[in-house]
Amino acid sequence: MSDHANSKSSPLKTYFAVWIALLFGTWLTYRVAQIDLARWHANAPIALIIATTKALLVALFFMHLKGASEKLLKLVVISTIFFLFILMALSMADYATRLWS
Amino acid sequence: MSDSQAAVQPHEGLHNPGLLHHFVTEEQQRDASNLGMWIFLGTEVMFFGGLFCAYLIYRIKYFNDFAAASTSIDAALGGTNTAVLICSSLTVVLAIWAAQTARRKLMLGMLILTMLFGLAFLGIKGMEYKDKFDEHHVPGASFSFEHKEIPSRPGQYANPQHAQIFFALYFIMTGLHALHMVVGLGIFTWLLVMAWKGYFTPHYHTPLEIGGLYWHFVDIIWIYLFPLLYLIDRHR
Amino acid sequence: MSMATATVQPVERENYLNKHYGVGSWLFTTDHKRIALLYLLSITFFFFIGGFFALLIRLELLTPAGDLVQADTYNKLFTQHGQVMVFFFLIPSIPAVLGNFLVPMMVGAKDLAFPKINLLSWYLYIIAGIMMLHCMLTGGVDTGWTFYTPFSTAFSNTKVIEAGLSIFVAGFSSILTGLNFVVTIHRMRAPGMTWGRLPLFIWAHYATSIIQILGTPVIAITLVLVVAERALHLGIFDPKLGGDPLLFQHLFWFYSHPAVYIMILPSMGVVTEIIACFSRKRIFGYSFVALSSIAIAVFGFLVWAHHMFVAGISVYAALIFSILSYAVAVPSAVKVFNWTATLYKGSIHYDAPMLYAFGFVGLFTMGGLTGLFLAALGVDMHVHDTYFVIAHFHYIMVGGALMGYLGGMHFWWPKISGKLYPEGWARLAALIVFLGFNLTFFPQFILGYLGMPRRYYQYPPEFQILNVLSTAGATVLAVGYLLPMIYFLWSMRYGKPAPDNPWHAAGLEWKTPSPPPTFNFEQEPVVTWEAYNYDEIDAAAAPQEVPVVG
Repeated sequence: MSDHANSKSSPLKTYFAVWIALLFGTWLTYRVAQIDLARWHANAPIALIIATTKALLVALFFMHLKGASEKLLKLVVISTIFFLFILMALSMADYATRLWS
Repeated sequence: MSDSQAAVQPHEGLHNPGLLHHFVTEEQQRDASNLGMWIFLGTEVMFFGGLFCAYLIYRIKYFNDFAAASTSIDAALGGTNTAVLICSSLTVVLAIWAAQTARRKLMLGMLILTMLFGLAFLGIKGMEYKDKFDEHHVPGASFSFEHKEIPSRPGQYANPQHAQIFFALYFIMTGLHALHMVVGLGIFTWLLVMAWKGYFTPHYHTPLEIGGLYWHFVDIIWIYLFPLLYLIDRHR
Repeated sequence: MSMATATVQPVERENYLNKHYGVGSWLFTTDHKRIALLYLLSITFFFFIGGFFALLIRLELLTPAGDLVQADTYNKLFTQHGQVMVFFFLIPSIPAVLGNFLVPMMVGAKDLAFPKINLLSWYLYIIAGIMMLHCMLTGGVDTGWTFYTPFSTAFSNTKVIEAGLSIFVAGFSSILTGLNFVVTIHRMRAPGMTWGRLPLFIWAHYATSIIQILGTPVIAITLVLVVAERALHLGIFDPKLGGDPLLFQHLFWFYSHPAVYIMILPSMGVVTEIIACFSRKRIFGYSFVALSSIAIAVFGFLVWAHHMFVAGISVYAALIFSILSYAVAVPSAVKVFNWTATLYKGSIHYDAPMLYAFGFVGLFTMGGLTGLFLAALGVDMHVHDTYFVIAHFHYIMVGGALMGYLGGMHFWWPKISGKLYPEGWARLAALIVFLGFNLTFFPQFILGYLGMPRRYYQYPPEFQILNVLSTAGATVLAVGYLLPMIYFLWSMRYGKPAPDNPWHAAGLEWKTPSPPPTFNFEQEPVVTWEAYNYDEIDAAAAPQEVPVVG
């Protein structure tokens, strides 16, 4: 946290840049949703990629995860996402294969 | 706290009164609070995660019915709300920066602005809910979703029961999110009062930081809710 | 202590028990040790409630006919026995009592990271308990502790919503305890207390806390969905309305399987401490035991659908979960090997805590191995929902977790209360518990193998003899449980005062007086020795001194 005393304006620049990027991402999500990408089943994946990018921007820059000296906080985030992924993936393993038998 | 009160008097003034007695240094206290909030946010991710999992399964199972239901909620309002929350996250980090650089008026202003954005979010949400109520899209006894076309299949109608599942998840997910917003507003009211009383200094503003973490998390949840709920098959 | 004459009373040293008096000083305390005792009283109360339901179940099952209670009542009995025992006894037990008391002391801290949140945890538990009591007194709930839909959401006429909300609140108590432990262990270790010097009790509680933090929120949201569905007739889990009952089961078991590791891991931590102390040896393979705790926590999240093999999941999913269930047994087995290797060539003392530890190792192994039987799809087809499953999990929960809890209570009782319990009675009680337990639950393996279903209040007459044996065992077991309650209470008034370290055990908690002062350590400890340094401790002790009180 004491790093900020040295660079008073650079966090501001970062914050505003991230803010613009987030707003742009929102507009982009809305716009791409109106384009027909169903042939490639791409609408949902693109929306989720944009959403994840926005979430990462908030987490890394607004929540100061990027500057965190200890890896512990990143480990907390990664573990949580990993277990949520397990919940979804292994549940889907059931649903996706039910009609096979 | 009665246990620790007896210990306060003998050494008042030897350390920052904000340092709680079971901690050794202020840095330890701040790091503990920070880690504690991140872990709590982890629990919140799993809490919402169960809903996202249910949503994932049913969206794949009943994609067309979900798409029909999704077109009936207002994506423009949803998008506006997304922008509102993004702006509120900016004002939060600016409030913290103001605390770090001893800019009291800016800090107070940013805190108030954050809360106004939060109220705006809830107001827009309220408008959406009212629309759904008027259209009988609220799950329960008066639910009705007849003759709504599936976007990818004109002429075919969505199954109302499957659409009801969409709306059930819609209300529970956005409702739970709105509840977290209300709690966030409560937290920020308290932070505003503490800020007004001069409790925060460049040296100590940990409550602002961890309150901010919570607020950003609520923003992130919405960042996912918006495309998933509002933008299914919108290109038809 | 000093020699009291008829006229002069010795001044009792100030400790956490006598520092403040009055109900308020207990109800508003933030001292982790007092909160641990608040939990001790509360969970003991709920243990009686759960035990009462068990008593009625076993009484009903004395005869093949359903003649003691009606079928609906019986449904409520086994449901509430399960809910109370799982959520209000087993899950809090060791973490909330022994963990709260010992975690700060073992890491060398004055308290947990968030003392007020610790108190909040207890109040949430009490609120949840009051809700559950009210629920049981005003109609009860009959869905099974597993709340399966659509029965719980659409058909049951009992107080499902209230029970669900009660468990929701209890879940947050559990989450906050876990959060507190993780932050304390990361941030508040004393200088020199590196991760590799932590007692394995701490590693076990760290792993437990990970599960509490990541898993409990999922059951919380699942209960919200059940309550919403029941109140508003939504259809998320109702097949008639397009919902899938199995989705409930996936979400429910995603927490409830790791929950069983919440129940067993702390016990394993206790047993590790006890075995090291009463063999006077370092634990064999410290890092294996530490990492196996973490491995159990992680793998435990990967196996939940083994509860659903016959529920209708796809065969391919069942295969995946079956293989993963075999994998999760490995770290547990690692621990058993390490305990055994620790005992080898150790200087073994048979004090009461050690008797409980021996009981744990044997019974947990049996319970764990029978879990592997259940993980095999072919076997599970036949014994799912029979008494085989009931015996399996009672071997682990009661033969394992509860024995570990009792062992831990005996081991740390001198530290907690400042008094010694009567060792003779304690060894007798341990023996009675062990015998009573096996008489109660071993017949149930046979019953299940022969086909007796669970949750049935009547059964074919050929099963009666085994049921009678089981009920007889339950009576013996009850005596075994009552004895410690009696002599622990007795010892608070009449027990011999305990020295600081009656067992000459390793660990920072033993370097404080018994009972400890409110802030645990006069000065922040600085750790320069490895964990379980029993060779150094015994070398430093006088040669003729008997190492343990007995």
